[in-house]
Amino acid sequence: MAKKFTLEEFLELLKKYNVEELEGVEIEGDLEIEFEEGAGIDLTALTAAYTLLSEFGNFLYHSNMALSYLQRLSAMLGIPTPFAMPAMPPAPAVPEVAPPIPEVKIPEKLVEAKFEPYKMEYPGTIEEVTLGATKSEGGTRGYTVTVGGEKSLPFYIFDAKQEYLPVIAVDVFDMRIGLAKAVRMHYDDVMDDPAEWAKKAVDKFGADLVTVHLISTDPLLKDTPVNEAVKVLEDVLQAVKCPIIVGGSGNKEKDPKVLAKAAEVCEGERIMLASATLDEWEMIAEAAKKYDHVVLSWTQMDINNQKTLNKYLLKRAEVPRENIIQDTTTAALGYGLDYAYTTMERARIAGLKGDADLAFPISSGTTNAWGAREAWMTESPIEGDSDWGPRELRGPIWEIVTGLTLALAGVDLFMMMHPGACATLKEISNTLGGRIKGGVADPGEWIFMEG
Amino acid sequence: MKVKSPLEIYNYLPRTNCGECGYDTCMSFAAHIIDRSAKVLQCKPLVEDAEKNPKAKETLEKLIEITSPEIAEVIIGTGDNAVKIGGEEVLHRHELTFFNPVAFFYDVWDTMDDKDLDERCSKVVEYKKFYVGQFLTLDGIAVRCTSNDPKRYREVAKKVAGYGKPMILVCLDAECMKAALEEVADTKPLIYAATEGNWKDFLKLALDYKVPVTIRAKDLNVLKSIAKTFKEAGVEEIVLDPVTEPLGEGLQGTYERVIQLRRTAILAEDKDVAYPIMITPIAAWLMDADDVTKAYWETVIGSTFIVKYGDIMIFRSLEPYSVMPLVLLNYNIYTDPRTPVQVEAGLKEINNPTSDSPVFITTNFALTYYTVESDLTSGGISCWLLVLDTEGLGVEVSVAGGAFTSGKVKDLIEETGIADKVNHKYLVIPGLAARLAGAIEDDTGWNVLVGPVDSGRIKGWLEKNWPPKPKEE
Repeated sequence: MAKKFTLEEFLELLKKYNVEELEGVEIEGDLEIEFEEGAGIDLTALTAAYTLLSEFGNFLYHSNMALSYLQRLSAMLGIPTPFAMPAMPPAPAVPEVAPPIPEVKIPEKLVEAKFEPYKMEYPGTIEEVTLGATKSEGGTRGYTVTVGGEKSLPFYIFDAKQEYLPVIAVDVFDMRIGLAKAVRMHYDDVMDDPAEWAKKAVDKFGADLVTVHLISTDPLLKDTPVNEAVKVLEDVLQAVKCPIIVGGSGNKEKDPKVLAKAAEVCEGERIMLASATLDEWEMIAEAAKKYDHVVLSWTQMDINNQKTLNKYLLKRAEVPRENIIQDTTTAALGYGLDYAYTTMERARIAGLKGDADLAFPISSGTTNAWGAREAWMTESPIEGDSDWGPRELRGPIWEIVTGLTLALAGVDLFMMMHPGACATLKEISNTLGGRIKGGVADPGEWIFMEG
Repeated sequence: MKVKSPLEIYNYLPRTNCGECGYDTCMSFAAHIIDRSAKVLQCKPLVEDAEKNPKAKETLEKLIEITSPEIAEVIIGTGDNAVKIGGEEVLHRHELTFFNPVAFFYDVWDTMDDKDLDERCSKVVEYKKFYVGQFLTLDGIAVRCTSNDPKRYREVAKKVAGYGKPMILVCLDAECMKAALEEVADTKPLIYAATEGNWKDFLKLALDYKVPVTIRAKDLNVLKSIAKTFKEAGVEEIVLDPVTEPLGEGLQGTYERVIQLRRTAILAEDKDVAYPIMITPIAAWLMDADDVTKAYWETVIGSTFIVKYGDIMIFRSLEPYSVMPLVLLNYNIYTDPRTPVQVEAGLKEINNPTSDSPVFITTNFALTYYTVESDLTSGGISCWLLVLDTEGLGVEVSVAGGAFTSGKVKDLIEETGIADKVNHKYLVIPGLAARLAGAIEDDTGWNVLVGPVDSGRIKGWLEKNWPPKPKEE
């Protein structure tokens, strides 16, 4: 299984191979790694580390994406970048405090006290699930993505290390569909070509994975035959190097057949099949097992149903534990997010407390946020509401806040759409997960700032 | 609260079942104290007894102590507009519920000109967002002292007080703070903030003017130390600010401090830190970026700590795209998970319908119902609205999960006698229930029209589809 490295770990490793400097090695924008002829590097040592180098390229690529996420946010929101703000004037010096007038009731000194944080340890660990397979693992993906492995609540890195932070899968559909304007503007040029759509999601918007929804198979839409529909997957696998997720149309009769066929044509790639439900789990679980894919276990905001379905997959279908991710359903901010949050939080806490049937990574269909009228309607239909402002700015934040709330409940994998929302969610996950260094010099400056 | 069973409370009560508290029995009263829907002081005999008898007074005080919330409550402001923060019992809402939603304060500063000041204050006062049958509003105004001039600060504090909203006075200088308090202390503002540098002066101010006080320190030992000192000196209402750092490892550190404070207060019962927590998402405005990015990031910080233990916050952005998600998230997270959010099923009349009016159907999930009802009402649409008991589920989920079925629609039509009130047999179903159209027609004998997916579009839809064109047989 491929491992992700931090920069420090990688440099440590190079030292082990007596590589002091990366002289003569160029890492170009397109992530090709080239060695200059006659470069003074012991290539034998480097060969051993070659796979690590490509991992490093991948790491560098993703960390660069992260660095620029916020910088690119306003462009992604489709608004012209405002003029650069003038630098903040230096804070006025804190005025000198007048010496206190002695008074009987004011103590001379502070009472000494030591804050002793409550220590918390959970007996359980969330399962680690890896999506995708590289060449050495029998697939063709450029890298793999691992989720799960938590030993405490989300981003409680002071309790326990959180090795894997949430990842983002951008939704791709196999036919043109209706999307909110703020989302459509980013995909309009690729909506007739799923492979190009996937490529744009990865190359331009920094998606960790893509989800290909084969919705054209719906008898009420195009009713694309199963054998024909899955061809799209081959195109997408060609176009991108990331692991992929495959979804159906929501048609109970056809989805199992579509997903079973998808499992077959993607043999070796460790895709995720989305989704097995309490109605239709057997055929999907069988296919996943036969071709070694991951199954998404999906129920509707009921922790008992989630437990039941997970048990069916584990005990009846005998799907290996490391091949299951669960989804207890995402409701949009303002439209049942509290239920979605609490169901996920309960599932995560149960898993950490030792309920093995619920100790799986959690996936969220965060794109559901766009169903909220506040995300897409031009103005409020309610008389008396304060102005809703431009919807181009409301929609993305709706997706961000929906996702962030659920990240705090324990979501490991987000299925999303708006590039600005993806970028912001990634930034806050990486920040709370302790992967972003630095901060502001004086966090108290807002107290004095003029304007 | 310390006690978990009504029996533990019952032993302190008169056990006469006099009913003066509003409950039939002392046991029932005790049960309501446990779930925090009743207060000890509602027991009149106990209170009267305590006034006369020192021993009874001791009992009452003991009872108040063991039934007080884990996290202290603090009230800012006076009268109808006062806002209560803190009072939490649990770390996760499903363990009981969260009680007092986060109080939202928006900043103004005393070097603003009067016109801008008025504009900003008015925006805060006037903001409203309709949600689940009511308008959500903002809580108050945080007045920052940027002039360093006691006279000016006092003047602006007075002006802002005139808007009637609770205030936070943001100023680290005791002299300026004193000037403002002389003017507005009777409106019970929260003062911000006592620090390691100014704590003596601020302790005196909090005691002299009897106002709640925020303590600000990044070092949690210092924070606890000042809180303990203030408490022992007689300050009743304390808010803790472990310093919000807006970016990078600073923000990670903030997340850690906030969680450690609340977790230690509740699980280790450390009463010295069992106070409401102040978060200042406004610190996002210190980052180097354009205004939209700053406002987005401020919203992100606010959201994080609405979910995780913030009790009161100071914001900058009044843009609708910042405010709306925050007020809804706050409402959602603080919704009591113990009571399903449902309305009564049956037939509702909207805008005096006649026998020609259309008949709509929706679910009894409160959010769905109020959304549909308010769209119909404010759209001036006269109609009949059938409310189906879907056990509090929305349309999409109840159709998928079998709580919205043609059989139940048939029963509802019969129970409400809607057929006798209208001169047609057309039922408009939600767009999200389209797949039930055929089954409903078969079971009820009514003609089904599939309405829009969002009830906000009913008005436009009616213009095209009502009155219905008769079906060709």
